Formats: sequence, structure tokens, C-alpha cells
Amino acid sequence: MIAAAFLAMLKRDVRLALRQSTDLGMILGFFVIAASLFPFGVGPNPETLARLAPGIIWVLALLAVMLSLDRLFQSDWEDGSLEQMALAPAPLSVIVLAKATAHWLTACLPLIAVAPVIAVMLNLPAEAYGVLLAGLALGTPTLSLIGAVGAALALGARKAGLLIAVLVLPLYIPVLIFGVTAVDAHLTQISVSAHFLYLGALLAAAAPLCPWAAAAAIRHSVG
Amino acid sequence: MRRMGDAPALFDAVALTCLRGRRLVFEDLAFRLDAGGALMLVGPNGAGKSSLLRVLAGLIEPLSGAIRWDGEDVTADREAHRARLAFVGHLDAVKPAFTVRETLEVWAGLFGAEAVSAETLDAAMDAWGLDALAHVRGAELSAGQKRRAALARLMLQDRPLWLLDEPTTALDAASVATLERLVAEHRGRGGLVVASTHGGFAMPGATVLDIADFQAEAA
Repeated sequence: MIAAAFLAMLKRDVRLALRQSTDLGMILGFFVIAASLFPFGVGPNPETLARLAPGIIWVLALLAVMLSLDRLFQSDWEDGSLEQMALAPAPLSVIVLAKATAHWLTACLPLIAVAPVIAVMLNLPAEAYGVLLAGLALGTPTLSLIGAVGAALALGARKAGLLIAVLVLPLYIPVLIFGVTAVDAHLTQISVSAHFLYLGALLAAAAPLCPWAAAAAIRHSVG
Repeated sequence: MRRMGDAPALFDAVALTCLRGRRLVFEDLAFRLDAGGALMLVGPNGAGKSSLLRVLAGLIEPLSGAIRWDGEDVTADREAHRARLAFVGHLDAVKPAFTVRETLEVWAGLFGAEAVSAETLDAAMDAWGLDALAHVRGAELSAGQKRRAALARLMLQDRPLWLLDEPTTALDAASVATLERLVAEHRGRGGLVVASTHGGFAMPGATVLDIADFQAEAA
């Protein structure tokens, strides 16, 4: 029954996100446009851009994920869907996990797909692409999970989007550090396995803890 | 209303007190319902009808008191309690981007009812006159149509306890009659109904509970 509820919720949220694909388009647009500002800001020198590229891509991915978080629970909270989810027989944390998974599939996966375009634009060395994308693939699920906690805590707040940013961005720092340093390590011929192990450990901790914390925050907000 | 020593009621509450923010909404509230029973909640705006329904659904924790199903405290097994109730609140939980049929399919899936067949879904749509609206998106529905979609959920869930918060809001006369008929059928099967109303909705033989009777004394 728990697996059925998880799949039903996952299917619903993915379908809903695809129906409202302009949201996704805007987030991808933000990602690309913001990245294209850097050559203007720091100058078009290829070496400088290549040096900054991993950090720029990761920071913008973080910001883009954050911008997409308000749709995670807010509209369901406003129209009463979240209340019904809280009353479903399946544990609310399972429903939150399904929603975070759907968020990753519909917000983070497209970002990962677009990342190589930005990497070309910023002159990232070709041999770093694999590590960059692998790091994003391992790090962004953690961003969705932590983001779910922030989005749940911000339910009902007046400036929910800003509150989510303040709550969530500090918690994104570890993912950012290991994601960026993995690329740098690879470019200086150092083994990247330690960085990936840390990213994996962060995900392993977030996967059970974040849905549980977000579920508690949701129970509070629908009361 | 409270009869100690009798066989345990199917669903009852004792000494229920609810605090919201710094306001004591009601205190020492009690009722009991047996199979097929109905409780009609009345009282002026803000008296606490919605709060009581949310407490009974488990969305709000009561400050004190107990809610019991078959003599057993519902807090002992919350998942079992959630699996026996259906709640229709002020919000209809209808997504603007989904059609009426998709909305009902989603809820059927989420309530763990894989067993909900296409026939059950068709019957629910039919009972609420939603056939013609099956492929209309939620964004294009009127308030009354959304409410009918929300009430159609009750028929997908097959739960013994219905908690209805002013279910007739925005409904036309024919839909109110439908609801009264479905509630009567549900009670005929031994189901329980707790509904709040400001009138215009009849449940024959229902116990009437005026929340104003349990209001805390003004300090």
C-alpha cells in the first residue's frame, strides 16, 4: 500500500509539472541567462571563465533549484490537497519523499541536461564534463530533499519564497563544496572518489531525515 | 449525552477541549455515535464547528480529552484512524490543471484504493452529475462543480466515518438532495456521519450538537 501511494503521488506530481511546463521553462531560462551574465561581468578571458566554470554552474544550479521549490507544497496547501494528503492512510513522509522525487525529476534532471550547454559557454575543459554531471546527479537529489524541508516550513508565510531561500541556502553549502571541489580535483589529477563519497553520504542522510522533518512541518501547517 | 457503563459506542469523544492559538474554542465536549448514527454540528460562525471536525480527523491535537473508536483511543493507531475516515473540508482539493476525472483518479490512487475500479469511478461521477464535466479542467469549474467533485471523493474511499464541514456550501438544491440521499445510504450501511451546517441540510434522526453549549466561560 505504501509503494502504491508513493507511485500514485509521484505520477501525479510529474504529470502536474508537465502540464505546467512553463514553470520549468522559466527555471531553465534563468539558469542559462544568469550563466551568460558571467562572461560580461568577469570578462571573456577563456582561462578565467574556465577557472570559475564549476563554481558558477553549481551556484546557479542551487539557485535554480531553490526558485522551483515554492511549487513543491504551496499550491497544494492553498487548495486543500495537502490536507487530504495528510489524511491519507500512507505515512506523510512517504508522500513527501514522492513529491521530492517528482521535484528532482521535473526540476533537477532538466538542469543537469542543460548544464553541458553552460559548460561550453564558460569554456569548461572537456575532460571535466563527466565529473561535473556525475556530481550534479549525485548532489541535486539532496537539494530537492533539503528544499522540501524549507518549503514545508515556509507554508503560510507571507514571503514564502524569500523565507525558503534564507532557510535552505545555508544548508546547501556542503553539497556545493563537494560538488565543486570534485571537478577541481579531477582537473588537477586528484582522485574524486572522496568527494563523491561525501555527496553520497549527504544523500544517504537526507533521504530518511528530510521527509520526516518536512512531514512534521506539514502536519503543523495543516492543523 | 455521556452514558457511562454502557457498551462502548462505535465512535465517541469525552471531555474534549480544543485550544487554538490562545483561544479556548470549546471545552469538556462529549458525544457518542453508534453504527448508522449522525451528528449535526450547529452554532454561530467561529463557534468551533470546523475545529471540532479537524480534531476528529486528527489534523489538530486536542488539548485534552479522548476520541475513541470502538472503545479504543484513536491516537493509539493514527494510520488506522486515517484509514477509516473521509474528510471534506472548506477547500475542495481540485487542481486547476487536472480534469475532473483525473482528479478523482489521483485521489483514488492516493487513498490506497487500487481496488477502485472504473465502474466505481463512473458511479461516483454519475451520482454527482459529473459525467458531462469529466474532461473539463479544474480551472474552468464553478464553485459548486468543484464541491461536487470533492464530495464525489467520499464514494471512492469506502470509509465508515464521514466528516463533512459545511458540505452544502455552493451546492444547488438538486445536489443537496443527492448528498442527503448518499448520507442516508451510508448510514443505512452502518456508516457514521459528522457534519456541520448552517441549515439547508437535513439528516433525519441525527443528534444535534450545539458547539455554543461547550464554549468556555468568558474570562
